[in-house]
Amino acid sequence: MTAPATPAPQPPPASNAHGPAGQSAPAGRRPRTRRNVELALLVFALMLLLGYMAAMEAGALGEISGDFWVPVAILGAIFLCAHLVIRFLAPYADPVLLPAVALINGIGVVYLRRVDLARADAAKQPDPGTFGGVGGKQLLWTLLAVALAMGVLAIVRDHRALSRYAYTLGLSGVVLVLIPVVLPASLSEINGAKLWIKVGGFSIQPGEFAKIMLLVFFAVYLVRKREVLSLASKRFMGIDFPRGRDLGPVVTVWLLSLMVLVVSKDLGTSLMYFGMFVVTLYIATERSSWLIIGLMLFFGGVFAAYFLGAAIGGPFANFYQRAEIWLDPFSGDRPYDDGYQLVQSLLGLGTGGLFGAGPGKGYPTEIPEVHSDLIFAGIGEEIGLFGLTSLLVIYLLIVERGLRAALGVRDSFGKLFAGGMAFTVALQLFVIIGGITRLIPLTGQTTPFLSAGGSSLMSNWVLIALLLRISAAARNPMSTSATVGVSGGRGTPPARLHEAPTEMIR
Amino acid sequence: MNAPLRRVGVVVLVLFGLLFANLNWVQGVKARDYRTSEYNGRVLQAEYEVERGKVIVGGEAIAQSVPATSGDLKYQRTYPKGAPYAHVVGYKSVVLGSTGIEKLENDYLSGNADSQFADRVEEMFTGDKPGGNVVLSISKAAQETAYNELRGNKSKVPKAAAVAIDPNTGAILAAASIPSYDPNTVVTQDRTAALNAQTTLNKDENKPLRNRAFSERYPPGSTFKVIMSAAMLQNGETPNSVLPAGPSYAPPQTNGFVIKNAAPSICPDPTITLIEGLTVSCNTMFARYGAEVLGPDKIKDMAKKFGFESVPNIDLDEKNTCFLVASSETGSMLTKEGKPDPPAVAQSSIGQRDVVMTPLQGALIAATVANGGKQMRPYLVQQLKAADLTTVHYTAQPKVIHEPINGQQASDLQQMMISVVNNGSGKNARIQGFQVGGKTGTAENATEAESHGWFISFAMKGNEPVIATAVFLENAGKGGSAEAARIAGQIMKAYIGEKGLA
Repeated sequence: MTAPATPAPQPPPASNAHGPAGQSAPAGRRPRTRRNVELALLVFALMLLLGYMAAMEAGALGEISGDFWVPVAILGAIFLCAHLVIRFLAPYADPVLLPAVALINGIGVVYLRRVDLARADAAKQPDPGTFGGVGGKQLLWTLLAVALAMGVLAIVRDHRALSRYAYTLGLSGVVLVLIPVVLPASLSEINGAKLWIKVGGFSIQPGEFAKIMLLVFFAVYLVRKREVLSLASKRFMGIDFPRGRDLGPVVTVWLLSLMVLVVSKDLGTSLMYFGMFVVTLYIATERSSWLIIGLMLFFGGVFAAYFLGAAIGGPFANFYQRAEIWLDPFSGDRPYDDGYQLVQSLLGLGTGGLFGAGPGKGYPTEIPEVHSDLIFAGIGEEIGLFGLTSLLVIYLLIVERGLRAALGVRDSFGKLFAGGMAFTVALQLFVIIGGITRLIPLTGQTTPFLSAGGSSLMSNWVLIALLLRISAAARNPMSTSATVGVSGGRGTPPARLHEAPTEMIR
Repeated sequence: MNAPLRRVGVVVLVLFGLLFANLNWVQGVKARDYRTSEYNGRVLQAEYEVERGKVIVGGEAIAQSVPATSGDLKYQRTYPKGAPYAHVVGYKSVVLGSTGIEKLENDYLSGNADSQFADRVEEMFTGDKPGGNVVLSISKAAQETAYNELRGNKSKVPKAAAVAIDPNTGAILAAASIPSYDPNTVVTQDRTAALNAQTTLNKDENKPLRNRAFSERYPPGSTFKVIMSAAMLQNGETPNSVLPAGPSYAPPQTNGFVIKNAAPSICPDPTITLIEGLTVSCNTMFARYGAEVLGPDKIKDMAKKFGFESVPNIDLDEKNTCFLVASSETGSMLTKEGKPDPPAVAQSSIGQRDVVMTPLQGALIAATVANGGKQMRPYLVQQLKAADLTTVHYTAQPKVIHEPINGQQASDLQQMMISVVNNGSGKNARIQGFQVGGKTGTAENATEAESHGWFISFAMKGNEPVIATAVFLENAGKGGSAEAARIAGQIMKAYIGEKGLA
């Protein structure tokens, strides 16, 4: 059932003159890597960033400074290097992922530079410059994150190799999640959430990295157990429900999530872990009953935590408070008190309206945490509903491209892992953007690729590197792990069936 | 596994759809609410983005905006002169809203008034310009003398007020109220500090935020006899009419209630002339004439003509939300059955019982007498000037609002009030080279409390009125009205000196 855990040979593209390369490439011709498409999209993204930076400076400073192009040029150099690395290491990787992520990452850098300008202006301080402030730091983090991602791409030449380390990674993931929980609050708590490890002047959010490690473990575990877990015992309302004794793993992850919710006081992270698990479980077993059980367990847990918080407070008080803020952020003195973040987020978005105040013309200093959790609200004030919608579409593109890689890759582990990663990005976006727009209770999550912070940026770039690796396997005509064509080969037989690993095709 | 993956794709679409729908709600439907929400600091940020105009007295700014040294906002409102002008100029606070001139002329000061449309068009090409400046009618000398003299009053009372008016135009020359406060403490942009400052001011038992000159009213005591005299002249008397007086007066339908004079030495004879009655402040003469000759209607009618029972709108404060001017009242002088109640009329005739008056109204009475019977609309805003101080968008136009007495009656009243200062209780207000007229008042209020001291007065040069004032000392007790007269004299002298009329 599992794919053989040996790296597949990666023939150089030049020698790749034989074999069909999917429906898009006629037989006898060199298969298309689409690397030039990636380059063109990347150049387009960089042009957009250059325009955004110029507009931002014009709006914020009233003039465009002589060196406004410097951050964009540095970003361009970083991303073009990444493009070159991908050309050599994963020539068949999805061509849309890198430009899309680069664009969002760049928007983040430009907006953080804008926040620096606003803060310097408010504090009557001089401009911290291109390399100062959160914007400058983010530029550095981008360099490190992309370097790390390319390192991952270089080391992980076949994603299936990861499955060998499933248990090690899983255990490390749990340890990483638990470290902030057991550390004293002085070393682990920022803004009320125990999610950090603070060492010296640095703070690391280990959960960001644990996410990927746990996903590897989930994928391997579920691929092994999928047969058992998809056994049905009862049919209820047209849905097959699993046997009671098979509920063990779900309940374990559920309890772990609840523990994160209660001890780390963080609904978002808790929802992330549980959602990740339930969705990979569903993909593995194809039993929608798991989704229903998962949703019921999650909402049951949330309701229980809410009522326990109202009744006894204690460890549930934080969640109860967040839920209360969500239900009515404008009541009483709340807008000045614990509802300040949500209220200011809504006011920022509302002030932006349909078209936004214009790049550089908003008031980022009015929004608390505008560099991290509430960056989407800050950007929304300046680019408006239309701008945010475009941003959401780019995110959607990244997620759907990830899912496409999952569809395309042949091995079960790859499918589960890629599907899980893509969904994780979507879920994280839903949790934070839903939170700041009062769709769900606001909870501390970074906005992938936008928020300032090294942990979030690095882990998400690693995730993208892995998606690139899996998409490369999916699209590589020579890869033993690839199906025919990009859009999944449900109807078409694989190119070389005898070489392909056994796969249950439904 | 492809089928569930595709379905996950659909789930992702649904999640993004929810986000998109909700963003439409927040940024579309609710956008206007959020943009103008009271919690939205951007409204303020935008307002403080341009330099707010100055409020000017005698060429000096008493309110101006300076670049802020801390906080999010670009400018900070400051009041360089502080407490003496606090009640007039009001404040413009980020946290506590605005009052006074700051509220009344908010649009002009921030550059958003209709009259500044052309300036705003010009700004689109030349960049932001400061808002417009408001020039007040206040006389620096009169205002600061009033404030300082009240603070150093020899009756040693903490609560007092003074108003001065130019009788010719209605321009308010001084409006002081003590205790005052430093408006700089409430305009701090630190929310907690501002709220604390407000709490401290509200907790102060002397209520420094109250503008005693405009918004508080007190029994006028004998100063009301000026209105009584006007009503008596209207009723056919002359200053030399001989009227019944005596050491005491018991109005009809009273059981042992007797009105006496302030001292046995005052008008003990059975008759007295009207001018002499006002000069010595003869209670029995006014009480008897009010109760037995005029009756409640004629008294009320004359009081109304002088501005009682209505609010004098200062400038364009038509809704009276900026200065909260109180209306002066004569109260009911009727029995439960609706018939004239002689004891009530008798008491009201000497400014007691339910008669209450603001210091502003006191000054208006004196100003009306000095101005030949014509009461001018009181105003504080002399001019509205653009930031460059050359373009004038508005200049106050004097306007007659009441004409309670004719020229002859006014002239008679002037003589009677001048007699008070020259021969009676108002000697402290005399000014060399000017005809000063006035009337003292010693008003009983609560049984335990000391009486209030009042003095309303005017100064004239030749036949031209120069200034009218009212000075009020709360619970000043014995000698209060004499001290009030002294302060009135100082205020008028200061103004005369400033104008170079002496």
